[in-house]
Amino acid sequence: MEGAKAMKRLVAGAAALAAAGLGVARWAASHRRVPSAAKDPLESSRWLGITINRPPDEVAPAGHLPEPLARVDAEVRMNRAPGDRGTEIYARPREHRAGADAVLARLRGEDPRTTVRTALRETKSLLETGDVLRSDEEIATTRPTLPGKVLDMALGRAAEGGRL
Amino acid sequence: MKALCWQGVNELSVEQVPDPAILNAQDAIVKVTASTTCGSDLHLLGGYIPAMRAGDVIGHEFIGEIVDVGPEVSRHRPGDRVVVCSIIGCGRCWACRHDEWSLCENSNPKPGVTDLMWGGTTAGIFGYSHAMGGFRGSHAEYIRVPFVDYNAFTVPEGVSDLDALFASDAAPTGWMGAELGGVRPGDVVAVWGCGGVGQMAARAALLLGAERVIAIDRYPERLAMAARHVGCEVIDYTSTDVTAELRERTGGRGPDVCVEAVGMEADSTGIQRVYDGIKQQLRLEQDRPIAVREAIHACRKGGSVFVLGVFAGFVDKFPLGALMNKGLTLRGAQQHGQRYIPKLLDLIAKGDLKPSYLATHTMTLDEGPKGYDMFKHKKDGCVRAVFRPWA
Repeated sequence: MEGAKAMKRLVAGAAALAAAGLGVARWAASHRRVPSAAKDPLESSRWLGITINRPPDEVAPAGHLPEPLARVDAEVRMNRAPGDRGTEIYARPREHRAGADAVLARLRGEDPRTTVRTALRETKSLLETGDVLRSDEEIATTRPTLPGKVLDMALGRAAEGGRL
Repeated sequence: MKALCWQGVNELSVEQVPDPAILNAQDAIVKVTASTTCGSDLHLLGGYIPAMRAGDVIGHEFIGEIVDVGPEVSRHRPGDRVVVCSIIGCGRCWACRHDEWSLCENSNPKPGVTDLMWGGTTAGIFGYSHAMGGFRGSHAEYIRVPFVDYNAFTVPEGVSDLDALFASDAAPTGWMGAELGGVRPGDVVAVWGCGGVGQMAARAALLLGAERVIAIDRYPERLAMAARHVGCEVIDYTSTDVTAELRERTGGRGPDVCVEAVGMEADSTGIQRVYDGIKQQLRLEQDRPIAVREAIHACRKGGSVFVLGVFAGFVDKFPLGALMNKGLTLRGAQQHGQRYIPKLLDLIAKGDLKPSYLATHTMTLDEGPKGYDMFKHKKDGCVRAVFRPWA
């Protein structure tokens, strides 16, 4: 009698395990069919664009690139922006890095796309306002704290980061 | 110099900090003569805006006297009594040229943060975290004002400091909500929130020709203040059903324009407050959009909702179905103050607008922490605490 009960429990346990396994397998199979998040296949070579509120002949008089963009090792193209929006400037580094190399370069602060992004923003600001605005952080009022250090790490690249 | 500094969540102190300096040729240094608390500071204080460091000087709504200018400043000189817009604009990018100053493309030296968070760079703001540029705030004896030719406005003779002070932020923010919300003569307008900005939005709606303006809050003293100084109707949301009350007062239609002047820490009396509070604490949503939801439901079909309250991230249970099917227009913005400040100073000079009544408590800078405690907890009927650094 005890043996029969044990056999029943074993069969029931095996059936439950099989059902659970089947469920997991079905979930895994359906999960595989879910499209993964789209990765930009052109991430490392895509043009970085910015629009400057100045006509093309003021942005690049006689075809001369404006500073500091002129000093960056990048391909550059430009065209008149639609409507009254000025000039679209596009740039991308001549040196393309992809995959792990690009990630490491970003971590080391040597990402050529970062250099181009910063140059585009500064060029825009110089052409539109004649200056590049500095932050009050240069004369700090803050004191070092652990959360502050975490924030520093997060914001450390805020000046040159972003969607641009 | 002396300044009121953020030290951590719900922790402020008055400290000695280095004087500000002219860092760009278009800067000025302003001696702050009055600087007021603002509801959006409470988001910093409560830790809802994460990019703050211990020691950051807060405050963004102020007036003062120019004491030094950079070599490329042309419209101002030392001695000018000025009100300064809380949002920093460069004055020459496409957004500034089109009077959308809070979308300035050159005034935030830390553009990467907002660019990634919101998909676009926004303007720098005084005393409003390192995500908004890392600029010092105005609760201090002195402040650096970048691009001063575009951001400071000379206060006309005869206009008092306390009236001019609110032309820095509360009055233009409120005016923007009414104007960009599309208020037209004959409209019925509802305003959620009777803080400084909400009251200014209500007053702006009346000045723009609204036939009826209804302001909503829960603090009796604020409702009484709105009724008395703005001249609008009021609803206490703790004693009635707001949407039912609005339907009953508008022939079943709902208000033509709804202005939300509450922001990410909205309160309510119902289950919503508990639900949003829990989700916010668990970081499952960042902001509590209780007043926005109500405004969308209350608004008449085809009407307009303007979000003036500050939001930073993501919200839950946003009634997109109501918005779409009722054909509503939804807009929002940080204030485009430079667009409105000259007009508001004129209205103040003529006596059509007198925002100084918002200054319920005036105190020294040393009393800053006490001022924020009163302001945050609405003690002694505090609507705005104003600090006088040189008093």
